[in-house]
Amino acid sequence: MSDLQFSSPKSVKEAVKILFAAKGKAKVLAGGTDLLVQLRAGRMTGSMIVDIKNIPELRSIKKEKNGFTVGAAVSGAELGAHKAINKAWPGVVEGLELIGSTQIQGRASLGGNLCNGSPAADSVPGLIAAGATCKIAGPKGLRTAKVEDIVLGPGKTSLKAGEFVVSFFLPTRPKRSGDAYLRFIPRTEMDIAVVGASVSLTLDKAGVCSDARVSLGAVAPKPLLVAKAARAIVGTKVDDEALTQLSLAASAACDPIDDKRGTVEYRTKVAGVLARRAATIALERARGN
Amino acid sequence: MTKYHVKTMINGDPAEFLCGTEQTVLDCLRDELGLTGSKEGCSSGDCGACSITLDGRLVCACLVLGVETEGKDIETIEGVADGDDLHPIQKHFLQEAALQCGICTPGFIVAAKALLAENPSPTETETRYWLAGNLCRCTGYDKIVTAVMNAAAEMRGE
Ligand SMILES: Cc1cc2nc3c(=O)[nH]c(=O)nc-3n(C[C@H](O)[C@H](O)[C@H](O)COP(=O)(O)OP(=O)(O)OC[C@H]3O[C@@H](n4cnc5c(N)ncnc54)[C@H](O)[C@@H]3O)c2cc1C
Ligand code: FES
Ligand code: FES
Repeated sequence: MSDLQFSSPKSVKEAVKILFAAKGKAKVLAGGTDLLVQLRAGRMTGSMIVDIKNIPELRSIKKEKNGFTVGAAVSGAELGAHKAINKAWPGVVEGLELIGSTQIQGRASLGGNLCNGSPAADSVPGLIAAGATCKIAGPKGLRTAKVEDIVLGPGKTSLKAGEFVVSFFLPTRPKRSGDAYLRFIPRTEMDIAVVGASVSLTLDKAGVCSDARVSLGAVAPKPLLVAKAARAIVGTKVDDEALTQLSLAASAACDPIDDKRGTVEYRTKVAGVLARRAATIALERARGN
Repeated sequence: MTKYHVKTMINGDPAEFLCGTEQTVLDCLRDELGLTGSKEGCSSGDCGACSITLDGRLVCACLVLGVETEGKDIETIEGVADGDDLHPIQKHFLQEAALQCGICTPGFIVAAKALLAENPSPTETETRYWLAGNLCRCTGYDKIVTAVMNAAAEMRGE
C-alpha cells in the first residue's frame, strides 16, 4: 500500500497552499461519507487526504445582508438545526436532510454531496433551484460559480486541480417565495434517488408567479436546471394547466439511465409527477410567506 | 508508513494512539485501544454497528479516520454503563430480549442514547426513523423499539 499522508489545515489559505503543493494528488475530506467508502473499496486515488473541517469558514452558517452563507462542510445535522435557514430555504434543507441515516447526517455536507459528482445527489437540485452560488478557493485565489456549473457528469466536476468549495451563498428571496425538494426511492429511508425534483418560486401580490427555477436529479448524467419547466409557470397563477405544462417540460428534459431502480420510461414519467408535486408544495409555502 | 500520534478523550478519559491515515477510528478503537464493543458490520456506513458519538454527534466510526479525532470527545458503548450498573436502555434491551446474536446491539444502544439525549420523549415513528441507520438481522426491530420506548419512559421518571 502506498503511504497515504494526512493534513488538517486551520485556514483557507493554508489549505490552498497544501493542495497546491500536492500537485493534484490530494483529496479533500469533508464528512467522509463518500470518500471513506471509496478509500475502503480501493477506489480512492491520491496520496494525501486534506481534512477541511477544522477551517472555521467551512463550518459556519452566517446571515448576511442579502442572504445566507453556508460553509461547504456544515453537516446535515447542523443545517437542520438552523432555524432561520429552515424558514428561508426549507427545500434546500430537506434535500441535505434526506441523505442517509442519523449517523450519516452527523457528517454529510453540501460540499461533499456536490463535489462527489453523483447525478442523484439529493442536496444539489435544491441548491440549483435556489439559485445558489459557491465560493471556490484555489491557487489563483477566490472565484464564484453557479452550483449548476459544478457537476459535469458522474464523478466529474469543473473544479480545477487544487480548488475546493469554501461555502455556498443562498440569496434572500422576495416575500411570497417558497421552495421544496422531493425524491422518489423504493423505500422510505437509506436509498439512492430514482428521481429528485426541486422547485423554487415567487408570487406577486396578485398571486401570479413572477419567478421560478426547477431542477431535477437522477434523470441525466448530471443534475439539471430545467428552464422550460420554470417558464411554464412564470406568468400564471400556477393553476392546473400551468402545472401540467411544467410536468411535461420536466419529463421532456430527462435523459436517464435504465437500472434496477427504474427504467427510462419510469424515471421520465416520475420526473414530471415529482416536479409537479414539488411545485405544489413550493406554492403552498410561498402563499404562507 | 507514516503514523500519526492522536490524542483524544474516550468516555471521559484521555486516550492516545498511533495510527496510519487509512485507519478508521473504528480500527483504532478495536485494534489499537482494545475497545472491541463497537462492531464492524459493513464498513460502509450502512449498518450502524459501529455507532459512536464524536463531540456529541452520532456518527459511524467506520466512516471517520482515526487521525480526524485529534482533540475530539469520543463516546463508545464501553462508556454507557456506570461500572456494574447498566444504563436504563441496556436494562430494557435485556428485559425485552431485544437482542439475539448481539452484533447490532452496541450500535443500537449508542444510537438510542443519542436520541434520548436530544429528544427525551420520542414517538415510536421518530424512534424508528432515528434508528433507520441501524440494521438488525435477528430480532425484527419491534423489541428494540419497545426497549427504547420503555427506557425513555423510565428515564423521564414515568
Ligand atoms: C449509508 C449512506 C447513505 C447515503 N445516502 C445518500 C442519500 O440518500 N442521498 C445522497 O445524495 N447521498 C447519499 N450518500 C452519499 C453521501 O453521504 C453524500 O454524498 C454526502 O453529502 C457526502 O458529503 P461528505 O461531506 O461526507 O463528503 P466527502 O465524502 O467528504 O467528500 C465527497 C467528495 O467530495 C469531495 N469534496 C468534499 N468536500 C469538498 C469541498 N468543499 N470542495 C471540493 N471537494 C470536496 C471529496 O474530495 C470527495 O471526492 C450516502 C452515503 C452513505 C454511506
Ligand atoms: S460498520 Fe460502520 S456502518 Fe456498518
Ligand atoms: S441481534 Fe443479531 S443482528 Fe441484531
